[in-house]
Amino acid sequence: MARIGVFICHCGTNIGGVVDVDDLVKFSSELDDVVYAADYKYMCSDPGGKVIKDAIEEHDLNRIVVTSCSPRMHEPTFQSVIEDAGLNRFCLEMANIREHCSWVHKDEKEEATKKAKDLVAMAVRKANTLEALTSFQKDVVHDALVIGAGIAGIQASLDLANTGKKVYLVEREPSIGGRMAQLDKTFPTLDCSSCILTPKMMDVARHPNIELLTYSEVTEVDGSVGDFKVKVKRKPTYVDWEKCNGCGECGQVCRMKDKVLDKFNEGLGKRSAIYVPFQQAVPLKYTIDPSKCLMLLSGKCGDSPPCQDVCELGAIDYQQEEKMIELNVGSIVVATGYDMLEASDMYEYGYSQSPDIITNLEFERLISSSGPTSGHVHRLSDGEEIKSVSFVLCAGSRDMDHKEYCCRIGCMSALKQAYLLRDHMGEDLEINICYTDIRSFGKGYEEFYRRIRDGKSNFIRGRPSEINVKEDGKLIYNIFDTSTQKLLEINSDIIVLVPPLIPRNDSSELSRILRITEGADGFFLESHPKLKPSDTTTDGVFIAGCCQGPKDIPDVVAQASGAAAKAMGIISREELESDPMIAWVDPDMCVGCGVCVEVCPYSARELNEVTGIAEVDEILCTGCGGCIAACPSNACIHKNMTKQQILRMIDEVI
Amino acid sequence: MSEEKEKKNEDFEPKIVGFLCNWCSYAGADLAGTSRIQYPPNIRVIRVMCSGSVDSVYVNRALLEGADAVLIGGCHPGDCHYINGNYKARRKMVLLKNILTTLGMEPDRIWLRWISASEGQKFADTVKEIVNETKKLGPNPMKEKWNI
Repeated sequence: MARIGVFICHCGTNIGGVVDVDDLVKFSSELDDVVYAADYKYMCSDPGGKVIKDAIEEHDLNRIVVTSCSPRMHEPTFQSVIEDAGLNRFCLEMANIREHCSWVHKDEKEEATKKAKDLVAMAVRKANTLEALTSFQKDVVHDALVIGAGIAGIQASLDLANTGKKVYLVEREPSIGGRMAQLDKTFPTLDCSSCILTPKMMDVARHPNIELLTYSEVTEVDGSVGDFKVKVKRKPTYVDWEKCNGCGECGQVCRMKDKVLDKFNEGLGKRSAIYVPFQQAVPLKYTIDPSKCLMLLSGKCGDSPPCQDVCELGAIDYQQEEKMIELNVGSIVVATGYDMLEASDMYEYGYSQSPDIITNLEFERLISSSGPTSGHVHRLSDGEEIKSVSFVLCAGSRDMDHKEYCCRIGCMSALKQAYLLRDHMGEDLEINICYTDIRSFGKGYEEFYRRIRDGKSNFIRGRPSEINVKEDGKLIYNIFDTSTQKLLEINSDIIVLVPPLIPRNDSSELSRILRITEGADGFFLESHPKLKPSDTTTDGVFIAGCCQGPKDIPDVVAQASGAAAKAMGIISREELESDPMIAWVDPDMCVGCGVCVEVCPYSARELNEVTGIAEVDEILCTGCGGCIAACPSNACIHKNMTKQQILRMIDEVI
Repeated sequence: MSEEKEKKNEDFEPKIVGFLCNWCSYAGADLAGTSRIQYPPNIRVIRVMCSGSVDSVYVNRALLEGADAVLIGGCHPGDCHYINGNYKARRKMVLLKNILTTLGMEPDRIWLRWISASEGQKFADTVKEIVNETKKLGPNPMKEKWNI
């Protein structure tokens, strides 16, 4: 016999300000099987928990309905509370009268109260048949997988590996390092980016607990938290990395030398078909680009391929094939980074019209001493020296035609680039910074901004209306300065656009593989915007860095360490408690038709060879409920989400 | 339809039962709440783990008992937390609409919508749309039939 207690939370005025709680308490106490109903200002607080615990003891309650916020928020909290009072944690049902009621019907108090009553009544109807369930323990695999080896993935891998756990670090490019390796200096400290990054890259390469899988991609993920089965595709490099010592002779003799656009240099430089992305690459091993290598494209490269001839170690292997490897890990950190919005997609900035209109990432390569111009910035159209430069901030961000959000790094990156230019070329250089607002929010950022805003650079508040190329190839644009209310016409030798960071172009595919969610902006969605910034909707999968949203380097590193700690929280355990809210087959009802076996996406169902009746594999079952809807005999039962319970809830509504 | 009946329809407040999957649509409805997006109070939500677990019986029961509309909310195609549950839901609902049509019930009382965890506005808009469209349809005729 169910003895139900209903506990209604005011949530301050969040609920209490809209729903008539007194009325709701009275209504609840009159429902069938309810022996006690009470309200409290903050049910999730310690005293609130005590209200529940005391009532359980005093009134001998065995089923609890908490009427408050979303179960996605506080279900675990109240489960612990009733467990403390000696009840099974699954004897709890929640009615969501905040997110689904008081917050969305603020001006309709009467209707909101009516709806809240319905929601409580539904929860009570379900609660009186809730079963006490017991979880079982499942073993945990102690290894971790990190996807993406930019600064976020590197940091997460090092943190995990330093605790003694084995880490597989998968990177799709031939080298680790990611975007940070492309940068010249970092704001606001002006550290040389590679000087602070390469030691970390070396740490990764040397670490005994890190297995580095570069030029590889994750193609499939099965299993669940504590025990993921991951398939990784190792793309052929056509160079035997066991033999290659990175001497670089092959790149020098390649027939395609200086003919292939260099992706690392944002297409501004040229490389060979056999290459390392950059000189500090880790691992420093050569890769053949199959889309450019004459040998791989046509099977012929002169009389004999020079790279093969010159390699004394015999490392070149045109026959190398793609390999699939399987990993077994307990948790996964995703750190796949970002792309930049294609500047050519924004007609108004004229990016395609002139090579002198560049993006800030291209600028980074130009001003970098390891870049294609050895750090000398000049006009790319005619090689002339520059006398004036304009930076266009928010080129595509904070713009409803392109991306609504702020890219968070554009202002600071442009300020830094302006500083570096002045440093390289002297004070005579005219610098125009077209901005919307300067957002210098980080530690030391505002101070850095003040250093640049010393009257020697022009700050223009506005965006160019349209950038045009004059007959002599120079650039000209009109801009309305909203701080002086003047329309300006500005000539500029080069223009640097600062486009927004966007999700990786194939991030949707990865979100499907990992069963994690993307937000409206396309970045991976965290479980909670404030309190679970690294968690995803899939247990055991964590996100770090710009794949979750635009960030600067300090924030990326902090989040990466956070994600690593979260992953540690799983793989450091011996066992995990399984979710007992899974399927069960009633052997008296099952006729052995096998529909559930076909429907189950996790192969968690099998027909017993002897009895011919379906059986659930409790480790594989995730409790999706697909079989429950498919079973024609009503033999499949979703524990604590049974058909009868849901039908009763429906009856209660109508 | 007579003018009088039309008027009556517009006054009536439809009762909607919603089955929302835990991972996308229920979270989307939560987001509508945290973002304080207002929508009509006509819907009663039942949380299910996956839209694929919504048995046709649930929808039938709701409609036969007199719910004016039913919403099944799931993750976007390809985004299902349980790999392919939303495709199962889609197939089932197409069939169910056919069956209901042969029984003389308007198939437009069943709404299948993909609402992700980040689409609070879409959830609110969907509820508004269902309320408006259902008002045009009028009350579920089953209600009166049972009364006889």
